[in-house]
Amino acid sequence: MKRREFLQASAAAGVAILAPRFAAAQSALPEGYSRLLVLVELKGGNDGLNTVVPYADQAYYGLRPRIGIRRDDVLQLDGRTGLHPSLAPLMPLWQARELAVVQGVGYPSPNLSHFRSIEIWDTASRAEEYLSDGWLARAFAAAPVPKKFAADGVVVGASELGPLAGGGARAVALANTEQFLRQAKLAQPVQAQGNRALVHLLKVEADVVQAAAGLNGNRDFRTQFPQGPFGNAVRTAAQVVASDAGVAAVRITLNGFDTHQNQPGTHANLLRQLAEGLVALRAALQELGRWDSTLVVTYAEFGRRAQENGSNGTDHGTANAHFALGGRVKGGLYGEAPRLDRLEHGNLVHAVDFRSVYATVLERWWGVPATGPLGGRFAALDLVKV
Amino acid sequence: MKRFAALALALPLAAHAQMGADDARHLLNRAGFGAQPREIAAYAALPRSEAVERLLAGTGRTARTPPPEWVREAIVPPRELRQSTPEERKAFQAQEIRRGFDLRTWWLEEMLATPSPLTERMTLFWHNHFVSSQQKVRYTKLMYEQNVLLRRHALGSFGELLHAVAKDPAMVIYLDSASNRKGKPNENFAREVMELFTLGEGQYTEADVREAARAFTGWSIDPDSGGFRWRPALHDEGTKTVLGRSGNFDGDAVLDILLARPRTAEFVVAKLWREFVSPEPDPAEVQRIARKFQLSHYASKVALRELFLAPAFWAPENRGALIKSPVDLVVGTLHALDFQVGDPLPLALVVAQLGQNLFAPPNVKGWPGGEAWINSSTLLARKGFAERIFRADEMPTVAMGELRRRGTDGDLARMKGFGRMGEEGRSRFVRALYEIQFDPQRWLGQFPGAVSHGDMERALLAREPVNAIPTDLPAREVIRRIALDPAYQLK
Repeated sequence: MKRREFLQASAAAGVAILAPRFAAAQSALPEGYSRLLVLVELKGGNDGLNTVVPYADQAYYGLRPRIGIRRDDVLQLDGRTGLHPSLAPLMPLWQARELAVVQGVGYPSPNLSHFRSIEIWDTASRAEEYLSDGWLARAFAAAPVPKKFAADGVVVGASELGPLAGGGARAVALANTEQFLRQAKLAQPVQAQGNRALVHLLKVEADVVQAAAGLNGNRDFRTQFPQGPFGNAVRTAAQVVASDAGVAAVRITLNGFDTHQNQPGTHANLLRQLAEGLVALRAALQELGRWDSTLVVTYAEFGRRAQENGSNGTDHGTANAHFALGGRVKGGLYGEAPRLDRLEHGNLVHAVDFRSVYATVLERWWGVPATGPLGGRFAALDLVKV
Repeated sequence: MKRFAALALALPLAAHAQMGADDARHLLNRAGFGAQPREIAAYAALPRSEAVERLLAGTGRTARTPPPEWVREAIVPPRELRQSTPEERKAFQAQEIRRGFDLRTWWLEEMLATPSPLTERMTLFWHNHFVSSQQKVRYTKLMYEQNVLLRRHALGSFGELLHAVAKDPAMVIYLDSASNRKGKPNENFAREVMELFTLGEGQYTEADVREAARAFTGWSIDPDSGGFRWRPALHDEGTKTVLGRSGNFDGDAVLDILLARPRTAEFVVAKLWREFVSPEPDPAEVQRIARKFQLSHYASKVALRELFLAPAFWAPENRGALIKSPVDLVVGTLHALDFQVGDPLPLALVVAQLGQNLFAPPNVKGWPGGEAWINSSTLLARKGFAERIFRADEMPTVAMGELRRRGTDGDLARMKGFGRMGEEGRSRFVRALYEIQFDPQRWLGQFPGAVSHGDMERALLAREPVNAIPTDLPAREVIRRIALDPAYQLK
């Protein structure tokens, strides 16, 4: 099925067909949360158009005469879509059909503030709706992660819990496992009665203690992790996964995508870090025998303006391309190629609601309910092998 | 909880009696930042009402700490900035980041030095109500000027503050008023002024927002001075209908319509209740206090007096019911324990690491506060802060080592902003960390006579510690354990 047909089909399938299918899916996925989700945040708003390049579209070069990725440099995925050359390390995954590229991911009435838009992504809210709990936290509240797991989720290298915030999720944030285990010695498990505030404090403290008890942090990998903060985050994520007690989700962050000026060098460097980091993550998870039970998904607050700005960079935009990869991913192109002839205020119009990506994680990957946590029904993408 | 039970029995007498140390600590910790033993002792001798009057009478309208020099310089005109080269823009950004550190340091210094912590608490409250962020405003000087404005009106009239802040340049930039023009309205300010500043969600319609936005057209920024500028040519002179009233309104007229709604007073009082009394406002009490608030032309002191004297404020079940904000925790700890603090620069990064980056709230709704202050990383960072300040004498080697390891795995290096401070700023940061010193004898000297462990706990905690503290420890260790106890996060 081609990507457009798929989207139309899934949209048409709608409520009636998805519901019974979901019931079947649930019983077909006995592994549940033993399947791992790794979210990769491309913080600052990655430039999707220079990441997944519509190299056959002349309008692209018209909008980006200075920063556009030249046709000759693109790593071709098909006759009109190609990857930024810095993503070369990902090409073996593409060829192995373990890499899905989802184009045009966004939401209606897009907000162009970093802070507000990432809040919308993290909470899976509508553009004009303020929610306090993260979408994963809500999903875990609806379908709990086994108690014996070290945590529901671990956030690596950032202090904001993002999709794991609130909602009673057992989430811990750490920069590296050794440091976390050292700091966590200051935390103690206590049973105590008290008001709501104290109960919350003690719950968080208990989460820290439980995570610290379940994480080892001393596995020796053969995999060489790249230098730099993102390489370190990938190493930490691998350490977390290597621990005996499970976690359902890990979130890692690559910072620096807010490329308003002199984008080409910066962006090439960021995408190289991304690709090398993801390849190292795959190698480490293969060492652990976990690649087939891992789904990696990228996200960001927004893509960037279709037209380059006057500073050799790009301003905040809207719809964006994202990646999903893993041993069970059905590689290929999903969503809709960017319609540069149909911009709104200079911005791309989204083709895939970001909550469809989340629904894919919840329904197809874990087999847990998506409608409640996502505040509505969003068609999952068919990018996971059964 | 024995001591609270005893207090509860004594309540009928409380109006005229000396309130005692527990009440004094409660009032001072709620109305200010952490209280020192000698301050607690001074207030303990007063009846509650007198103590509240003293706090309200002591508030100020200006900061005592001299601001950074650059607040007197003219800003780079917005017009010029728009036409600048990438290099110039980069230099501007670097300058504003440095100034942002200056500004945070200045405010924290004022919080530590002020004779009226309540003034700073209210300035911070309004900063989190009338949110603007340096992230969008960019001009640090405008953020400073907004802070001056918030302090001037902090305990004055909410109505006057609303009118003034609506035309404050930082706010005009932050909520896009400058791009709100006749025929091309931008609804940002019109929506937020109703949703977040006055009425609250669900108290107005989308049509009210659209019509109010028309009334606010013409409010703008002077492209040369960066000051507020009224541009009559961009103002929509037509008739607007807002909340059932029609006329050729301008922005001030709409603000007056909003202030005339009882709901505005209730909205603000409920928020003050959550700040000072408990996480769950009592609707009947909020209505009672809101009526007085509105009748007093929104005198903030009237609302605060009622809140501080409300039975719920003193109720045993509301003691220790609030979670300290990062500023509460950091400034309160350093003040309550009489720390010596030289340059407060590190505190700016510490509070940011704990989730409260001053002058940069996360979005227009501000910091959500309460339980949201506490997650695994902020809780461990809070404990790490307490741990670090009590081993202050080891600091030079540790900190210098961390400075050298910057970018690898030092805890400091992970603090937001540390990497952007520049070599000079980082050296200053580490020196300043070293200057933060606790002297147990100096603190204990504030108590009259011998000090028991119980005295220390009562001076520092809103409820008994969760983890019992052994009795055979030296004072520094007892205090360290108190500061690491979960109960220490409460006030």
